[in-house]
Amino acid sequence: MSQAETLPTPAPRPGVLWQLGLFRSEFITVMRRWRTLALLAVLTGVPVLIGIAVKIDTNGGGGRAGGGGSGGDGGGPAFIAQITNNGLFLVFTGLAATLPFFLPMAIGVIAGDSIAGEANSGTLRYLLVAPAGRTRLLLAKYASVLAFCVVATLVVAASGLIVGAILFPLGDVTLLSGTTISFTEGLWRALLIAATVALSLTGIAALGLFISTLTNSGIAAMATTVGLLITVQIVDQIPQLHAIQPYLFPHYWLSFADLLRDPVYWDELRRNFGLQGLYVAVFGSAAWARFTTRDITA
Amino acid sequence: MARIPATDDSPERRRKAIRYAVPVLAAGVAAATIGLVPALASAGSPNLPDITAKKLIEKIAVSDTQTISGSVKFSTDFGLPAIASAFGSSLGGSGTGGSASANPNDQLTKLLTGTHTLQVAADGPDRQKVSIVESAAEYSVIHNGNDVWAYDSGSNQAYHSTAPQGAKSGAGTDHTSSTLTPQQAADQALKAVDSTTSVTVDGTAKVAGRDAYQLLIKPTQADTTVGSIRIAVDSATGVPLKFTLTPKGSAKPAVDIGFTKVDFGKPAASTFTFTPPKGAKVTTEKSGADAAKKDGTKAQDNAKSALDGLNVIGTGWDSIAELKTPKGSLTGQQSNTKGSTFDTQSLISSFGKTVKGSFGSGTFVSTRVVNALITDSGKVYVGAVSQDALVKAASK
Repeated sequence: MSQAETLPTPAPRPGVLWQLGLFRSEFITVMRRWRTLALLAVLTGVPVLIGIAVKIDTNGGGGRAGGGGSGGDGGGPAFIAQITNNGLFLVFTGLAATLPFFLPMAIGVIAGDSIAGEANSGTLRYLLVAPAGRTRLLLAKYASVLAFCVVATLVVAASGLIVGAILFPLGDVTLLSGTTISFTEGLWRALLIAATVALSLTGIAALGLFISTLTNSGIAAMATTVGLLITVQIVDQIPQLHAIQPYLFPHYWLSFADLLRDPVYWDELRRNFGLQGLYVAVFGSAAWARFTTRDITA
Repeated sequence: MARIPATDDSPERRRKAIRYAVPVLAAGVAAATIGLVPALASAGSPNLPDITAKKLIEKIAVSDTQTISGSVKFSTDFGLPAIASAFGSSLGGSGTGGSASANPNDQLTKLLTGTHTLQVAADGPDRQKVSIVESAAEYSVIHNGNDVWAYDSGSNQAYHSTAPQGAKSGAGTDHTSSTLTPQQAADQALKAVDSTTSVTVDGTAKVAGRDAYQLLIKPTQADTTVGSIRIAVDSATGVPLKFTLTPKGSAKPAVDIGFTKVDFGKPAASTFTFTPPKGAKVTTEKSGADAAKKDGTKAQDNAKSALDGLNVIGTGWDSIAELKTPKGSLTGQQSNTKGSTFDTQSLISSFGKTVKGSFGSGTFVSTRVVNALITDSGKVYVGAVSQDALVKAASK
């Protein structure tokens, strides 16, 4: 699908600019798909729904903070008790609510489709006719999936911020530890959290890319990636399997909340980044090994 | 490249094999790193000049470290039945009601089971802060001058009590820090040092990246369930960094409290300021002295007033507390606790076992350290001693 025909003179070692061009055309192709837009629409909708639900709940419940069921850990997504008093918390709640499934599902669809989708529609071999080299093409594909990770996360965060600002008051932010910071600093932390969430998704992006190189069916790759995500999320919840849980890619996802502590508790964040890096290294290189050595027939 | 012209696809296959080796190698390196790094990090036993146990204890005593902050790993494994932790929290739940209360009593009983991460900070006797790190939430107790605040971010509830003037390092806050920091735990263990105990320096260790001496405290009495207590003392400042209590005949500690990260610098002043966020439900505890006391001793006070006598049998580690309770008082006392009018007697027998002896019969409730014998005649024997010792005490 890529507009690879815009490539300049076929030099043996194309420069960085050319690589950027390849990435740009890939990314534009991804973003132009209806499927992508639908996914982003769903992601935008989640904070909207949460915001409206909390608003209605607060009005109905006589202004009681947090509503009836928010008795600590079991009462809905994280931070939901704070939304009524500070709309900025809708950003955090929105991310906490979308991170377990919605966000990685969207990434799984995009990543799963990246190579297999091209193979499925028979455009992969045309892409490879261009002297880009498979490694470069794979890199461009992965970069566009990563860019989508950032876009998807920012969409959730922005939607949370806008809805939060419309429905609830904004102001100084009380961190989890009880320390108060200014709203501006709160916004910085929100941005930092969005970046952390986007980074948390790099693991499943690499996994999806690898699966995508295994098959010629885009649907199969997407279904496998999303199915794997759901399986891993379930395994991560079974207490008896605690021995393997620290090695599952979603295990430390919610650690982004540690950025809202004072002092920031880095241990799990660091573990999260390390784990994502590990998944990227292993599955990224596996995708490369597979893609550069397999026979492209479609 | 391929010098041997074997089969047609030989170079192709080799290329394939080499490429596939990359992810395998990446996974292997990662596995090795995961396996080795923690082992290397904790394996170091630094070279420090020899020190006697007495000198080391002195070092702890004269330590004038006022400012400290860091992360503490707080693990307890008393072998409490799961039901006991629910029991514990209802014991502590005095007045405010509901499990989501921000009252320290409700929250700190959590520490009795499992592993928790705490973030601690202290700046002199007037300012301390302890936070229990939870998933996407945190429970903090902040002491600043005369104010004691507790904030539960999960339910957005706060608890406020005012310590009376003059009682700045009052019982209330002391209690919270005493359950939490290694210093206090160490102090208590050292109080038990007498003729019944051997205290030695047992090598060195690295704790939270600092060189530390290890103080080993071993009961020499036969009946106690306490195997050993180990305290790692920072060699430079004399601050205890790690406290481990291991029951007899077990390698797994029952209590393991230690810094995983420590900094002796002055924590930021903002750490100790707390303003309840808009909309947070604040519970205020007005009566100062009472509030301070309540933190630590209310549960015990309740229990004590309901019991008509406390008698200590034995000495040192083998001490057994004998409590006489009027029949049925155990049940009666519990109904004070709002909303939980369960029958304590049947609860006790549900996680204990029946023991018979010359005293009659009773229920033996055991944990990994503290054991209790509740006789049917209404006497309670509690101690960090074996079942035999309790039965012997009861039979006297």
